[in-house]
This record gives sequence, structure tokens and C-alpha cells, in this order.
Amino acid sequence: MRKVIMGNHALSYGAMLSRTQVISAYPITPQTQVVELLSEMCADGTLQAKFIKVESEHSAMAACIGASIAGARTFTATSAQGLALMHELLHWASGGRLPIVMGDINRAMAPGWSIWTDQNDSLSQRDTGWMQFYVSSNQEVIDTTIQAFKIAETIGIPAMVVLDAFALSHTYEVVDIPEQDKVDAYLPPYKPYARLTPDAPCAFDGLTGPEHYFELRYKLQKDMEKVPALFDKTGREFEKIFGRRLEAVEPYLCDDAEIILVTSGTAGFTARVAVDEMRKEGIKIGNLRIRMFRPFPFDDVRRILAKASKIAVLDRNISYGYHGIFCQEVKSALNGSGSSAPVFGFIAGLGGRDIKAASFREIVDIVRRQDKPAEEINWIGVKK
Amino acid sequence: MSKKRDAKKIVYESARDFPQMPMSQGSMLWNKTGSWRNIRPEIHLEKCTQCGICWKFCPDMSIVIENEFPAVDYDYCKGCGICAEECPMKCIVMVEERK
Repeated sequence: MRKVIMGNHALSYGAMLSRTQVISAYPITPQTQVVELLSEMCADGTLQAKFIKVESEHSAMAACIGASIAGARTFTATSAQGLALMHELLHWASGGRLPIVMGDINRAMAPGWSIWTDQNDSLSQRDTGWMQFYVSSNQEVIDTTIQAFKIAETIGIPAMVVLDAFALSHTYEVVDIPEQDKVDAYLPPYKPYARLTPDAPCAFDGLTGPEHYFELRYKLQKDMEKVPALFDKTGREFEKIFGRRLEAVEPYLCDDAEIILVTSGTAGFTARVAVDEMRKEGIKIGNLRIRMFRPFPFDDVRRILAKASKIAVLDRNISYGYHGIFCQEVKSALNGSGSSAPVFGFIAGLGGRDIKAASFREIVDIVRRQDKPAEEINWIGVKK
Repeated sequence: MSKKRDAKKIVYESARDFPQMPMSQGSMLWNKTGSWRNIRPEIHLEKCTQCGICWKFCPDMSIVIENEFPAVDYDYCKGCGICAEECPMKCIVMVEERK
């Protein structure tokens, strides 16, 4: 069924069609409509799930962890300060190997108090052991949420579906809402590795000494390394049922491109518009959109960027004292790969400032003028 | 006096043998925390009225009821003294542990 819906509601539909059994959340702009619609679905019986109201995001994630250990398929959503408040519990979810799926609506961190988008909230949680998928359309929101449950439950690692505040969360688009029976065929009921049950009493996440802790972390990393192949497999299975392929990275006109723009989130689609315009003018340019940030798809990124002579990475985030976070990852992916292409780092759109097709033209002008990056960071659209 | 079955500490030799997540492998069967104790409770049953308050208040479930009277599980009792404090008949006394 095709429907015009907002990005936040696409997330709600994704959770509903995945037959989520427990939802616990605390409202925060710009995430509110995600859980508002889910609470209505729980109240009117559309979704057979328990909605747990709590007094903070810390408690929301704690409730999700409890529900997940009990064997329930579990969902939550948050933004910015709410995600930061969950930080400690994010480690409990991943260390406990619980396949919780969470929507994070990218909102800039305060202060100054902001409700508008940038990626520093989710990227601050980079090392918590959660998978992170950055989406760029409402269709992708719903599709990736369903796929995220499948990957998370297969490998026992929690997943974040990350979307831009307002640019996606409050933007209405046509979405093909998958049929329930097809989703059921794709995503079978959750079968936990182990769960809290009186039939087999067991305590979870207790004291773990130096003789065992290291191996648990080793296993988490080894399983993370299996995710790129699993993303591909579950993406192909998704295509067979729904006709839409889900890939960890999405190259656009990269095969013969001399300059490749690397982007994520909604800026990825804007980049395509700019690429189309510049292609008409004879500029050999392509766009690589990175959808899966954790684990980082090193092999795909190396392969696609191998032939480019210049690479430009657009970051809607910053690691203070260094530069853009996606740019760091791209540089580290290329290190030792044989590519000698210079990597130009660009920062744009912090705190919700628009990233327009013209922003990409500005980026490409800088890249074409310089043989090597003259600056570590090129600021796009800042009032210097 | 412990009725607990004997258990050995489990040490995995290979990551393959590990469970996916940290979960108890019955570690409290071998990890007998009673050795932490400096003072030990002793129950004088002649004054005991079987009220069960010591059993109810013990934070470590180390008071067990045997033949309808309380007894201390010294494998796990850490000697906190709550049972002695709460006993309305004052029939539990804390004595220094001699090691």
C-alpha cells in the first residue's frame, strides 16, 4: 500500500510491521511522533505490544534491556540529549548481546539548545558496540527498520536506524508500506539465544573476571565483522520479497568518476541532484552514500573509491580537534589500499543549516582547484 | 551444614566454548563468600519463637529454616549482623570469627 507519510511515522510502521512486542521510550523533539503513533497502535490494538512509559531515556533503554533479556522483540527511539543519557545502557545492550532496534533522529547536541539536525549525537555513540545504519528516504526508514531486526537477531547485536531531524523525520514522502504477510515471511519470530525464564533460571551480565571478559569482547568484534556479509545477504532476501535492494553502501555513477563525493543521510540524495547537474556539464563525478557506518564497510569503500583520482567527504558532524568523522573512516579505509587519491574533508550543515545542491558545487569547485587539500577542514556555508 | 552441591569453578579455554553473552554458569556454587566474614551469628534456639524475622531480613538468603527453626548457612553468611539486630528475642549473638 502506498501512503504519504513522515519519516517518523515510517519508523513507527517499520516497528509495527516487525511485530515489536515491547516498546519503551521517552518523548523528545524531533523523535516524538515515532512513539506517539506506536502508543496509539498499542492502545487501539493495531499492535499487540506492551508500551512502557518511563521517566527518562536511561530508564527507557533499561526497560528495553529487561524486555529483550526476557525474549521480547524490543524497539525504542530517541534523539540527541536523550541518546546521550542512554549512553551507559547502550553498553549493557551490546555487551549483553541483545538485538534491540532503536531509531535515532539526528539532532544537534546542546548547548546552544537545538532541535535541528546533525550527526554528533549518534556518532558520539560510535564505540558502544551498536550497529549504525544511516538512511536517506522515508522508504529506507521503513525498509531498514525491518532489515535491522533481522540482522540484529541473527547476530545478537543491537542496531540504530539513524535519520536526519526534519530533513527526513518531518518530511512527507510517498512510501510503499510492505504487506504484513510479506514482512512475516522475511522476519520470523525472534528466537533468543538465551532468555530469562523460570524454566531455566539464570542470571545475566554479572561479574565477569579477567579470565573471561576479554573473550566476550573478542566475540562481539568477531560477530561485528560478519555483519557486512549479513547485510548483503539480508538485503538480497529483502529484494526477493519486496523488490527493493538494501545495500551497506550505495554508489551512484562511481564507475568512471574522477571525483567521488562521499556522503551519508539525506545529504546523500541531495548529492545525487548535484551529480546529475554536473554530469550534464561533462564533469566526471559520482556519489558514494555510506548507509552502514558500524561496522564500517571497509571492503566496499576501498573497492568503489579505488579508481577515483580525488575524494571529497561531506560530514554533518565533527570530532573536535581532528575533523569530520566519516572523513576519518574513509582515510583509514584507504590507508594501505594502494589508492593515492587525496581525501578532501568538508564540514557542512551543523545544527540543521541546509545542505543544498549548490553546497556540493562549492565542494567540487574546491576539489577541482586543488591538487592536494590545502586545509584539513573545508567549511561549507559557515559565516567565517 | 550446607546442602548445596559441590561445584568447580568453570574456566573456558577457548572463545568458541563461551556463551554469546555474559550469563551465570552457577558461579555462586563454588564462590563461597562466607570467607569474607569477620564476625559470625550464632543462634540460641532455646529462646527462639520461630517468628522468621531473621530469615526475612537476611539480605543474602543465608538463614535457612531447618526442622522449623532457623539456621545459618556459613558458606555464604558475610556476618553483617542484621539478623542479630532484628531478632525480637535477641537470641542471635555475633561472635568474633577465629581463622
